Parts: sequence; C-alpha cells; structure tokens
Amino acid sequence: MIANLGYGTLIITFLVSIYGAIAAYIGARKNQPSWVDSARNAMLLTFPLLTITALSIIYLLISGHYEVQYVTEVSSSSMPIYLRVTALWGGQAGSLIFWSWLMSAFATAVTLRKWDRDREFLPWVILVSLVTLAFFLILSIFVENPFVTFWQSATGNITTAMFQPAGTTLYIPQDGNGLNPLLRHPGMIFHPPMLYLGFVAFVIPYAFAMAALITGRTDDRWIRITRRWTLVAWLFLSLGLLLGMRWAYDVLGWGGYWAWDPVEIAAFMPWLTGTAFLHSVMIQEKRGMLKQWNMVLIILTYDLVIFGTFLTRSGVLSSVHAFAQSAIGPLFFAFIGLTFVASLSLLSRRWNDLKSGVEMTSWFSREALFLLNNLLFVGIFVVCFWGVIFPVISEAMGIVGQKIPTLAGVFTGQKVTVGPPYYERATGPQFAGLLLLMGIAPLSAWTYSTRKTLSNAIWKPLVASLVVVAVLWITGTRTWPALVGFGLCALVTLVTLFEFWRATWARHKTHGENLLQALWNMAGKNRRRYGGYIIHIGVVLMALGIIGIELFQTETQGTIPQGGQISLGQYTVQFDSLSVFNTTDGRNVARAVVSVYKNGKYVGELHPRRDYYYESQQPMTIAGVRSNMEDDLYVILVDWQPLSTTGATFKIYHNPLVNWLWLGGFVFILGTLVASWPDKEPELVVLRKAVPAVIKA
Amino acid sequence: MFKKSSLAILLTLLFDLLVVGVVSAQQPTPSDDQVNAIAKQLYCPVCENIPLDVCPTTACAQWRELIRQKLQEGWTEQQIKDYFVQQYGARVLGTPPPKGINWLVYLVPPVAILAGIYVLYHAFRSWKRPAQQADLPPSPSQAPAETNPAQDEYIKRLEDEVRKR
Repeated sequence: MIANLGYGTLIITFLVSIYGAIAAYIGARKNQPSWVDSARNAMLLTFPLLTITALSIIYLLISGHYEVQYVTEVSSSSMPIYLRVTALWGGQAGSLIFWSWLMSAFATAVTLRKWDRDREFLPWVILVSLVTLAFFLILSIFVENPFVTFWQSATGNITTAMFQPAGTTLYIPQDGNGLNPLLRHPGMIFHPPMLYLGFVAFVIPYAFAMAALITGRTDDRWIRITRRWTLVAWLFLSLGLLLGMRWAYDVLGWGGYWAWDPVEIAAFMPWLTGTAFLHSVMIQEKRGMLKQWNMVLIILTYDLVIFGTFLTRSGVLSSVHAFAQSAIGPLFFAFIGLTFVASLSLLSRRWNDLKSGVEMTSWFSREALFLLNNLLFVGIFVVCFWGVIFPVISEAMGIVGQKIPTLAGVFTGQKVTVGPPYYERATGPQFAGLLLLMGIAPLSAWTYSTRKTLSNAIWKPLVASLVVVAVLWITGTRTWPALVGFGLCALVTLVTLFEFWRATWARHKTHGENLLQALWNMAGKNRRRYGGYIIHIGVVLMALGIIGIELFQTETQGTIPQGGQISLGQYTVQFDSLSVFNTTDGRNVARAVVSVYKNGKYVGELHPRRDYYYESQQPMTIAGVRSNMEDDLYVILVDWQPLSTTGATFKIYHNPLVNWLWLGGFVFILGTLVASWPDKEPELVVLRKAVPAVIKA
Repeated sequence: MFKKSSLAILLTLLFDLLVVGVVSAQQPTPSDDQVNAIAKQLYCPVCENIPLDVCPTTACAQWRELIRQKLQEGWTEQQIKDYFVQQYGARVLGTPPPKGINWLVYLVPPVAILAGIYVLYHAFRSWKRPAQQADLPPSPSQAPAETNPAQDEYIKRLEDEVRKR
C-alpha cells in the first residue's frame, strides 16, 4: 500500500518533470510567460511529491516492511530507529531517491528566488534542473526501484516485482539483512548527505551557465547570481569529503584516511574542477576574461557530478563485466555523453560572443597566477580521471588483442590496479605547486603586477620560510619532500597572515578602530577574499597533517602473549587482557585492553576491538587511538586466540601530525562559511558597481 | 699432500658449518613486519583496491601466510611478487607493470599536463603581445593613479569606503 503510494508519486513526479521541462521550453521559445509560470509551478510541485516518496521509504524502513526488497537489504529489526531512517541512503535505490529529493529541494529554492532582472534565465534554469531530475527519476522508476517487492510462486520460487505477478503470493521475510556495519558510523550517516548536497548544488550554477549560453546573455551576470550557490555546493562537497576521510580513518582500520579508491576519487574530481572554477570566475568578474574557460569548467563539473553519483554507489567501474550486467551503467554514460555534447555544442555556438577584448598584461599578475592554479587543478583532475578509467579501458581493449593476434602482447585485456603509488607520484608535485601559488598569488595584484613588484613583496616571507626549513634541517628532518612541504606551508602561512595584518593595519590607521575591530570589519566587508584566506590557512594545516602521515608514518605488527609488549618508536604497547562477548544488537565483540607507554612512562589505556555482525556476517575493525596534536597511536586488534592468555596479534601505527588534518578541515569549512555567508546589503554592491560606469559615460 | 687435503676437508667442513649457520639463521619464522612489507605492495586478488597487508578477509590472511612461507624458504621480495603476478595476474600489483598498453598510464598524464602548459604559454603570448604594443605610449594614462605600484587595490577600496562615509 505505502509502497504503491511511493511508487505512484514517483511516476507522477516524473510526468510533472517532463511536463515542466516542455512547458519551460515552449514558454521561453514563444515568449509566453503563462507557460513559464506553469513550468515554475511544475518545478515547485516536484519537491512535495518527492517528499512523499522519500517519506514512504522511510516509513517502510521504520515499520520493518521486509516484503520490500530494499527494506530487507538495508535494515533489520535490531537496528535503532535513527539508523533505519538513514538507511534511506544506505543502498543504491534509496540513494537515488535521496539524490532526486535533494536536487528538487535545491531547484525549488532557486525557483523561489527573486527573478526580477533575470527573468529570461528562469525557463532555462527550470528546464536544465528538470531534465536532470527526470533522468534520475527514470533510473528510480525503471532500473533501481526502491519499492520492488518479494513474491512467492506456488512452487516456492521467490521473485521480485513491483506488481503482483500472476499465481504468486506476497512473501515477507522474517527479518532484513541489516545495514552494512561499515555504514553505521556517524561519519557515514552524514557523509553521503553532505556529498549529495554538494553534488546537487553544482547543478544550479551549471543550469545558469546553460541559460546564459542559450539566451546569449554571456556577460558575467550568471556568475554573479550563482556565486553563492557555487560556494554552498563547494562547502557541502568539501564537508562530504572530509567526513568520508574521517570515517575511513575511524572505521576501515588501515591507519589512513585516503586510499585513492575510485569511489573516493569520484567525489574528489568534481571538487577539483569546482575549485578551479571558483578561482577562475574571479578572473572573469575582475577582468572579463576566460569566459569560455569558465563555461568548460562548469560543464565538466556538472558531468563529473553525474559521473560521481554513478560511481560512488554502483562500483560499476571496477570491472567491464559489472558494467555490462547493470542497466544503470549504460544509462548513466548515455546521459553524461548527451549532456556533455549538448553543452559543448551550445558553447561552440556562443564561442565568439564569449571572446573578451581584454588582454593579459603581465605574466606576474594575479590573473596569470590564477591561470596556473587552474592548470594544476585540471592537471590533478586528469591524473585522477585517467587513473580511474584506465583499468576499464585496459580490460576492454583486450578485445583488440583477441581479434588481432599480433597485438595480443600489447592489448592483453588483463585487469590492472592503478593504486596509490601512481596517484601520489603524479599529484604530489602538483599539490606542492598549488601550495606555492597560494603563497605567491595573494601578493600579486590584478593586471599590474610585474616581476619587480612581486619579488619586492615576496622576498621577506620567502627568506622567513627558508629559515623554517633550515631550522627543520638542523633539528634532524632530512626527508626532502617534507622539507619542501613544510617550507611551502610556512610561506603560505606567513603571506596569508601578512595579508590579514596589512589590511587590518590600514583600516586601523584610516578608521581609528582598534585592531580587533578593524580585523572584524575589514573581513566583513570582503568576506569572499578573507574567507578564501581562511580556507588557505585551513589547507596549510591539512597539508601539515598530510605530510606527517604520508611521510613519517611508521607501523609494526606482532603477536604477543598476555603481559607481552610491542614497541614502536617512543611507544610501547602492552597487552593486558581480552574479552569476547555478544551484545544485544547482534554483534560479537572481541575487545582487547592494552596499556600504552611513552618513553617508558604510562600514558593510558586503549581498547582496540573487532565487532562481528551476525546478520550481515561482516567484521568491523575499531582501532584504539591515542590522539593529540603531536601524533596518533593507532592500535588495531588483528587476530586473537580463543583463550586470550595464549596471545593476540596487534598492528600499531604511529601517525605523526595527523590531527592537524582534522583541525585544518574545521578551519577550511569555517573559511567557506565566511566566504558564502549572505550579504546584508546586496543592493549596495550593485550601486557601487554602477557609479564608475556613470562617471565613464 | 695428506695434510693439504685434510686441511681442505677441514675448510670445507667449516664452510659447510658456516652455510648451515646462515641457513639456520634464516629458519626462524619471518616477522609480521617482514611479511607486511611485501604484502603492502600487493593488492588483494579478490577484494577491490585493498592492499594485502590490511585486508581483513580469511583469504588474505592465508595469502599473508603464503608470503611468510615463501620468505622462510628463502625467496626474495621480487620472486614473491612475481609469483603472485603469475598466479593472479597483474592486478595484484599497486601500479600496472610498464609494458604494452600499460605505458599509457604513465604517459597520458604528463603529456596532458605538458599540453596544458603549451596551450597556456601560447595563450599568454597571444594575450600579451597586443597589450605590450598598445601599452607603450598610452600606458601613463591607462595605469591607475597610484604612485606606489605595490599599493594593493583593496587599500584603495578601503579608502573608497572611507570617502563614502
């Protein structure tokens, strides 16, 4: 009953979306506002409709309707209520509905904005949003239907179908399989919604970009309207990535936070192009340049969002065979291909309109440095994209080897792994390049920087950061990538703090405010700039953590009897006891108690454990972590003998500086919040812009 | 003669003892760290993208034991890696072995980045050239009315704001 209601509203939403898209098209083409209004209403209707669909799934999950396949797959009666609610995004079918629901929420919010001066964009923004939504609804209705139900035939065969096949009765399993234990962590509860919010929010600037291309209003109006949307999208995407990293660190039990897994990279790629876009739109706003490039970036980001959604849940790219088996893969690729080609053809139609008459005046100007920044972000993206798709290409090309025996040695069709060593080597120098730019660019000015002005500005912080490197060298740091990394971190920190200081001091002098007031007001007046600088500080802090764990991580493993000890660097871990017990929520827990000594001094107790979930028959490793700003001691219970006195195997990681990564994450998000916080007086900006134009005229 | 040959026998025996000593020094079970050092570089042949040293499945535990056994038999790191590749294919390696089509893995990113640098360089030049020519005579009038070029634009904006108040 509820399943039918949910499915029914899903179909109605799809029809409404299609109608809305057509109405928007007619309204825009024939210039009939009544059609546009109708399209707008259709757009607004999708949100309540999808809310009904999403609530239907949540109801089925909470009330334990195990006859619905999705409910059986992702929930069980032993799960607490909040986990059953969040199981909405615990599996692919539910995630797609959740995605559509968020997409509709964002598109609705955009539709409800004031459209006074840019009404010609409205129908096209609706069209793009609804076409995107309709695509996801097609997937939900025809391929990944979350309401599919179990049916049992007279012979006892169990099948799944939306509607009752002839000669079958409803089959209700006793209980569900339960949510994958790895997904029960708080990080995983919030990580997908954040990531999805980031994904869907990027559809909005793309929709405006397309509207600008179609209507021919190719000035930077669309960029100004979507500036905040883009920042919000970026905020959520960054938050999603950070939560995912934290989740991996806490739950996956391999002592790290990032494994360059295709699923991680899928979410990272739109972030990379989105970050490039955030920087390059500033060049368009300030200098009127790079209009074509910004279009390319936002188109790329949109299609990477679709690609990412598809990759994160399906894991389809792991193998050609998996891809061919599921109908969802070809559909996704068709949609990505279509939107990409359509967007690029629109862009090529307006290519000449987007040319700017403005010239680059200096190699050392801010815009030139921003272009280098774009090159590096896109370079990292190319490395990531190629690493993700190469295994599939390699496997698929095996056909060539089969058909042409002489080429069999080249096109072996062998499945290969493109793992962390590839990504680390290829992206490491580029990340370092980005840090360097972060240190230089704030000192350059738009248009007029020359080599002389820039070197005048940079030599002091450069010398200071070289002093930092020298101190590190003297105190025994000999790893040269670390020295380069720490040196760059010092440079960015000094330059950024100097920028804050300089502006605060200038305001203090001119306004007579005290320094704190001056800092607050100065940052408040130009939140995007200073929010951006806070983000840079966040990146530096994160870089410290990354350098620490990537270059200085040490590990050891050993089996020790009760009372035995393992040493790693300054630390000694002593195995005190182990208990194995069952919990009421269906887990078998093996929990060790270990004492930690640092330089022979007792510093505390850790409880690494292994939870085994009976329902899903999956183990989960929970590390015991002693954490402070200097380092983490990360202890994993690898194995144990039935009698704890016999012994247990522990793996111990020493992760220096890793907490700076999480601290940096907080600062990063704080900076993004500052940059995207709504302006109190948006009209003033317009007024200020208008004044010079009048004077010129 | 006899003396010489008995010396030779003695030396041979001593040498044998030494060899036995070395061999028996290899006998103790290799430590977990020695096993993990190799397992770290290999990927679980059944799970996707999980290095063998951290994979929690039973199959992977058995593979780690296999590494230990091979180490004990005196195999080198390279021999063990080769053995795994032979048994389970190139996918067990962290990066594709550079042969055949796999070269593309290593060539495409640098080529793409170099192409990017080339495009950017040319774009810069084409942007800059007309600007330089046009810039020379009228530059005093075009340049902002700043005496100090290092003065940043936002200080100017701060001053604008002061004037507005």
